[in-house]
Amino acid sequence: MIVKLIDYFRDRLKDVIRLCYVLLALVVLWDVIFVSKEHAHTAVEHIPGFWALFGFVACVLIIIISKWYGHLGIMTREDYYDN
Amino acid sequence: MITDFWLHPSLILIIGAFAMPFIPKWLKKPYLLIVPTLAFLDVVSMNHNGTFGVVQFMDWFLTFGRVDGLSRIFAYIMTLMCIIGTLYGLHVEDDYQHIAAWLYVAGSLGVIFCADYLVLFLFWELMAFSSVFLVWFRKRAESLWVGYRYLLVHTAGGLILLAGFILRYKATGGDLSFGMLNVDHPDLATYLIMVGFILNAAVPPFHAWLPDAYGEATVTGAVFMCAFTTKTAIYTLARSCAGMEILVPLGVCMALYGVVYAVLENDSRRLLAYHIISQVGYMVAGVGIGTEMAINGACAHAFAHILYKGLLFMGCGSVLHMTGKSKFSELGGLYKKMPMSFMFTMIGGLSISAFPLFSGFVSKSMIIAAGFGEHIYWAAFLLTLASAGTFLHTGLKVPYFIWFGKNNCSQETWDKAADPPWNMQAAMAVASFLCIFIGCYTAYLYNMLPYPDVAAQYHPYDSYHLSETLQILLFTALGFFLLIKKLAPEPKISIDLDWFYRMGGRGFFWLASKPIQFADNCVSEAYRYVGLMPLMTTARFWSWFDWHAIDGVVDGVARTVRGVGGKVRMMQSGQLQYNIFYAVSIVGVLLVFYVFS
Repeated sequence: MIVKLIDYFRDRLKDVIRLCYVLLALVVLWDVIFVSKEHAHTAVEHIPGFWALFGFVACVLIIIISKWYGHLGIMTREDYYDN
Repeated sequence: MITDFWLHPSLILIIGAFAMPFIPKWLKKPYLLIVPTLAFLDVVSMNHNGTFGVVQFMDWFLTFGRVDGLSRIFAYIMTLMCIIGTLYGLHVEDDYQHIAAWLYVAGSLGVIFCADYLVLFLFWELMAFSSVFLVWFRKRAESLWVGYRYLLVHTAGGLILLAGFILRYKATGGDLSFGMLNVDHPDLATYLIMVGFILNAAVPPFHAWLPDAYGEATVTGAVFMCAFTTKTAIYTLARSCAGMEILVPLGVCMALYGVVYAVLENDSRRLLAYHIISQVGYMVAGVGIGTEMAINGACAHAFAHILYKGLLFMGCGSVLHMTGKSKFSELGGLYKKMPMSFMFTMIGGLSISAFPLFSGFVSKSMIIAAGFGEHIYWAAFLLTLASAGTFLHTGLKVPYFIWFGKNNCSQETWDKAADPPWNMQAAMAVASFLCIFIGCYTAYLYNMLPYPDVAAQYHPYDSYHLSETLQILLFTALGFFLLIKKLAPEPKISIDLDWFYRMGGRGFFWLASKPIQFADNCVSEAYRYVGLMPLMTTARFWSWFDWHAIDGVVDGVARTVRGVGGKVRMMQSGQLQYNIFYAVSIVGVLLVFYVFS
């Protein structure tokens, strides 16, 4: 059943991707229009869609910084510790 | 250990472990489930706070059973995880693996319930020395080395801890009780004890043992290991170092450090291990913040973490168990072959990523909220950033590169891949259920926390928190799919701080084999010329002297005696009359000599 469901979505990958973009837009819209910011801790959180931007930038930063760090020589061949 | 009808749950597990080899085979599987269940029921039945199991040992009173809110919640989740872990390993027919696992849990429970440092140290070492077998039982050539490294690091940590206890014992005039330390004005003893504890919590720079050992442990052993050592350390920190400020930056560093290495990692179980470091970072930071809300958060997060991390290790362990592979560069596209494992791992991934309705959502947010509440904004923002990283690799990278993505499986791997035996699936199902249950019904977890009144005032499901979390997670997913090419698995390893002792050990070997050996040779040569040769010359002289002088004298005497003897012999003919003649002649001569003298 799980396999069928996954295959169903994979066969319609383009639509699924479009749906995901719509979902992203809806989440930001919901935040901008409906969500009360009274629980915000800092001033920056009042920027519309702040956490969306934060999430995206965080993800990109983590990937780029980690890979940069890894390719400084931290990532090495698998038999590095073998004699 | 039984005082006032209080039964130590460790005792149940220890007796259960040692009785195991005598259990007939047909009874083994029920037995494996009954013993941890008894330990769990024992913990559940502890309704009243109090001190139990006080034993006098020489001049000390050792306390085995301190029951309060903090020890109860940790003991509850540890024994629950013991049931799930044992169910997951039910197919393992090697008794010793179960014995090692149970002794390990018994060690953890002993630390949780003890109230003095002597008992703590005893159980602390029991944990290290029993868990190492969970690595050795993998029985690969590397397992042996990894196990020894694990043991060496933990022995060093245990010694630091012991040094702290002894210094404190001296400084306080004989106080062994395990309670809050003076964290506002820490002295050397406090720091040593703290370092001993954070070594087991895998705080950098004392963390490298964790991915090293957990990546190499047996499939079922890793499920146990990922739950007990680090979370027991969090318990000890919460008990003794709550509010110690240095733990906040250490915890934040951990959270980010684990994320960076998890991005680089190619082995799924090592990735999860690095991510334990990241998650335990939240708890360490929570303990460092130290408010009631933060301690609640640390405990709640430890509780939730044990379940979802166990679930993730079970999911990736299933893949390793069935295919023999755990590297992303040798897996991929397996959703058709292992759909149930995928689903369970995904639930673990969503829980750890703190998706709404999953357990991480109601636990992790408590720590971050405590950080914002105490106006430690930098820590709160960086922990939020790390949570984006959590979703990135545990919620997305792990499932994507094992069950989807490019199929890197060899034909053999592909043929072997299938969902694991029923008991492994059942254990994953139980853990999955609990992950969702905790996320949906918060009162279950919140009522167990050390400060339930504070917890009752915290409501994770408000619209702001929901919106914040969904934005972060969904836009992290967007970033993941946009940069997916950069994340393609590379068949490499990442050098970590264990380099220092792995290469350091090699350096020591080189030092021993080259310079020290050379120096040894030089000394030998010098000795030969300066010491040995005069000695030999003297010895040769004495040998000559012995031969010619002493032996000459001795031999001379001997030769004379022999010559006389020969002559005397010549005089003998063997006839009696000659003998009588000589004897009488001698007597006659003697008589004459006597008479005339």
